[in-house]
Amino acid sequence: MAKIHTPEELESFKKDLLSRKDPTRPCISICAGAGCIASGADEVIAAFKAEIENQGLTATVDTKGTGCPGFCERGPVVVIYPEEICYLQVTAEDVPEIIEQTIKKKKVVERLLFEDPATGQKVVREPDIPFYKNQKRTLLCSNIKIDSKSIDDYLAIGGYSALNKALFDMTPEDVVEEVKKSNLRGRGGAGFPAGRKWEGSRNAEEKIKYVIVNADEGDPGAFMDRALLEGNPHSILEGLIIGGYAVGAQEGYIYVRQEYPLAVKNISLAIQQAEEYGFLGENILGSDFSFKVIVHQGAGAFVCGESTALMTALEGRVGEPRPKYIRSNIKGLWERPSVLNNVETWANVPLIINNGADWFAEVGTEGSKGTKIFSLVGKINNTGLVEVPMGISLREIIYDIGGGIPDGKKFKAVQTGGPSGGCIPEEKLDLKVGFDELTKAGSMMGSGGMIVMDEDTCMVDVARYFINFLTDESCGKCVPCREGLRQMHRILTNITQGKGKEGDLETLQELSETAIEASLCALGKSAPNPFLSTLRYFKEEYEAHIQQKRCPALSCKELIAFYIDPEKCSACGICRKKCPVDAIDGAKKTIHIIDQKKCTKCGTCLEVCPSKFAAVMKISGEPVPPPIEEEKRTLTKKQKASVQ
Amino acid sequence: MDNDRIDQIIEKYHSEASYLIQVLLDIQSENHWLPKAALERVSKKLQVPYTRIQHIATFYKAFSLVPKGRHGIHICMGTACHVRGARRILDAVQDQTGIKPGETDLDLKFSLETVNCLGCCALGPVMEVDGKAHGKMTPSQSAEVLKTYE
Amino acid sequence: MSDIQLEIDGKPVQAKEGMTLLEAAQGAGIEIPTLCHHEKLEPFGGCRLCIVEVEERGWTKLVVSCVFPVKENIVVRTRSEKIDRIRKTILELLMAHAPDSPVLLDLAKEYGADRNRFEKEASFCIHCGLCVRYCAEVKKKHAVGFVDRGIRKEISFIPEIAAKECDSCKECFPLCPTSYLQAAFVLTGSLSFPPPAQESSSEE
Repeated sequence: MAKIHTPEELESFKKDLLSRKDPTRPCISICAGAGCIASGADEVIAAFKAEIENQGLTATVDTKGTGCPGFCERGPVVVIYPEEICYLQVTAEDVPEIIEQTIKKKKVVERLLFEDPATGQKVVREPDIPFYKNQKRTLLCSNIKIDSKSIDDYLAIGGYSALNKALFDMTPEDVVEEVKKSNLRGRGGAGFPAGRKWEGSRNAEEKIKYVIVNADEGDPGAFMDRALLEGNPHSILEGLIIGGYAVGAQEGYIYVRQEYPLAVKNISLAIQQAEEYGFLGENILGSDFSFKVIVHQGAGAFVCGESTALMTALEGRVGEPRPKYIRSNIKGLWERPSVLNNVETWANVPLIINNGADWFAEVGTEGSKGTKIFSLVGKINNTGLVEVPMGISLREIIYDIGGGIPDGKKFKAVQTGGPSGGCIPEEKLDLKVGFDELTKAGSMMGSGGMIVMDEDTCMVDVARYFINFLTDESCGKCVPCREGLRQMHRILTNITQGKGKEGDLETLQELSETAIEASLCALGKSAPNPFLSTLRYFKEEYEAHIQQKRCPALSCKELIAFYIDPEKCSACGICRKKCPVDAIDGAKKTIHIIDQKKCTKCGTCLEVCPSKFAAVMKISGEPVPPPIEEEKRTLTKKQKASVQ
Repeated sequence: MDNDRIDQIIEKYHSEASYLIQVLLDIQSENHWLPKAALERVSKKLQVPYTRIQHIATFYKAFSLVPKGRHGIHICMGTACHVRGARRILDAVQDQTGIKPGETDLDLKFSLETVNCLGCCALGPVMEVDGKAHGKMTPSQSAEVLKTYE
Repeated sequence: MSDIQLEIDGKPVQAKEGMTLLEAAQGAGIEIPTLCHHEKLEPFGGCRLCIVEVEERGWTKLVVSCVFPVKENIVVRTRSEKIDRIRKTILELLMAHAPDSPVLLDLAKEYGADRNRFEKEASFCIHCGLCVRYCAEVKKKHAVGFVDRGIRKEISFIPEIAAKECDSCKECFPLCPTSYLQAAFVLTGSLSFPPPAQESSSEE
């Protein structure tokens, strides 16, 4: 592949690429993102390739492994173009039928289509699926259309035209102005205006500057950056090069967490391809601008997602954050001006340059412009990545797009913002999603994790879980975080085990204040949020645990007991056989009893008791009723009949 | 791991100390652990104090200072997996293998770790063995998966 | 270096550009408690005891004075109800590790800290980092360093270096506020120092 030396050469190369593409030619796109691969997409892709060859269709039908479209729960996801027929949970065994019916006979395979859980209606086309229909997939829409390993595919959908425009139709200051005008706020967590950050570095006197992509994505439950970086690596690369031009940097870094090996592979390949084509290196497209990009892998530390810790890691040191009294866009990596932005922020840049700041600012609210990708996970029917305009309500995301809570359970809270965020209860579901609105409700936007919880989730345990996570990930340099979180974790664990006492909540609040006011970095400063937000909205749960030794959600192991209701038990014996520790005593026609001393609270008996009996229940906060007398345990025919 | 191979890796990164973590990642990936002799070699060649290397090798969870098993099991304990019962998978795997997170069994067959998010949240609970992720696990399924490894 | 005017606890103070708030305060005879600070070492900002309130352009915030650079016209308060409360909690957290440290006991008296508020921890290292930093920055021997992170963080002597260097130095020993350093050194010496060279017959 010869290098592209000028904008004219780029235009003619693109024209040539597009002229060779036939929009009516069938193309089978199979998601090759990490989620679908975990569900067996590799075998599906291989099966398609083999079957197409067997059927002699290689010359007329394309197959490609593509980027992640976000509907991971129903993977492997297959979309057949040009009709946009979408098949879900496809296995290698389905492949011959798909080729036979859909490719050759143009008929749809009904059983592989999306079925609306509420109406039972089947949906054929991908854009019509309710999960996708209600989203605004500005960033994610391209993923299923391109082979993530092909730079030509990216060029064919208009790639690198923004870079072209920036280098030749705009000055670096113009680019900074455009990003400022768009009001793009950082998508990594803090929501700082990107344009202002860029401007600070642009104006700094120091000649050597850096631009950095934060692809550490450590928030558990968040995988938006993975989908973008794996699925469309060139879009982030293009954004980064434009940023380098705008700010005056000669070098860019991409810090990817090592837990994403496919993302590391794809972005490294993209850099290599960009260098071959001349989008990286000396005198890009014949301009005066030269730029190079280096990939650094993380090594397993959540704290390295914090911007100053990330820069310290790039310097080859332990990821300990530094005080931000002088901002890193003035003194950052190697004490030089450094613009660090999240993957999703960079992905928005080429679109803003191509379509203009006004186009971007049309979507969203006054304070939060554009779209945001959320990872909607947990107790929700349609799990996956959702991209929505800022200003949409939480209710719409959870019910219209997410399809509501499975198994008929009741919604309890939605946790946003990862370990730095908070839980939002039902009464606040109509709030319009945006940076400031979420912060006012006691949570935050964070990187976009959105974890839905139902009536079976214990909110005290949620707070304990997050404090446990942060205690494990704390760098340990400052006292309020290292020691304060350790004590908070101890107290919260005690509360979930029934050892809570008067004064615990006050101590937790004092430790929270110390961490918020005196911690070195944002990890420590925001660590008390999950506790404070659950205390704000679910105080009764804390009080129940401490005062009554009761877990209202019937979740905390030490506070619950499993009990077989003698009125409902019909001695079917299933629970006795399945109990892993032989804690259930009973026989045919003898009401079963759980030996509380042997019971490990694994919950198997509750799971396997047939729903027509529903004899197993959880008890909390009150003593387990004593076992009924031996004589009463024998089931007579009359008793059995009344039970049924 | 012999010194020549270590020197090769260091040269790949231009013998620059800022690539220290990348060097150690390469050694970890090839050797499955970081022997003391390797760390001493890196300290000498990159002109970096041994205390800094020791801190990095213990600060970051990707590194191991003790030999690891042939197969690495990672159980995701991220929020989405936690809410879907990741604890039960961990308990089942501990029973099956006889080891706790951070440990390696005596046959050097399995090493068990917990991980705070693999990025496959929609498929929780997730168990990863040798880099291959298995989604929507149940305790009995996880035992079945492990039986397939030698 | 230009002169900077600021106010600390109601007193006008003159400082030079590039100074930290702590240096400016100490220069003016105003006391701020510290634990991990040492004039021969780079500021660490780990203990957070030296936090003060800074009012700048209408905004008030808490900053760590050993690191915060002086700025023109800022108003600084070294004591307040909030500051005292936070310093008290920090001391109580540290005393869970080292309840008998003379340095901590003195400060505890000043701030009303209860040495028994939190359950005692196994290790009495309080991670001030003075030993590690002194050996690295002043002696440049790197005989002792940190390992791991968070609550598992510890100091660790490198046996090969410590065996050679420490006996004739030990300058870090008086710096340790809790005497954990000396204990760690003796333990490392008895368990991990390489055996003495064959020709010497010294007893140790």
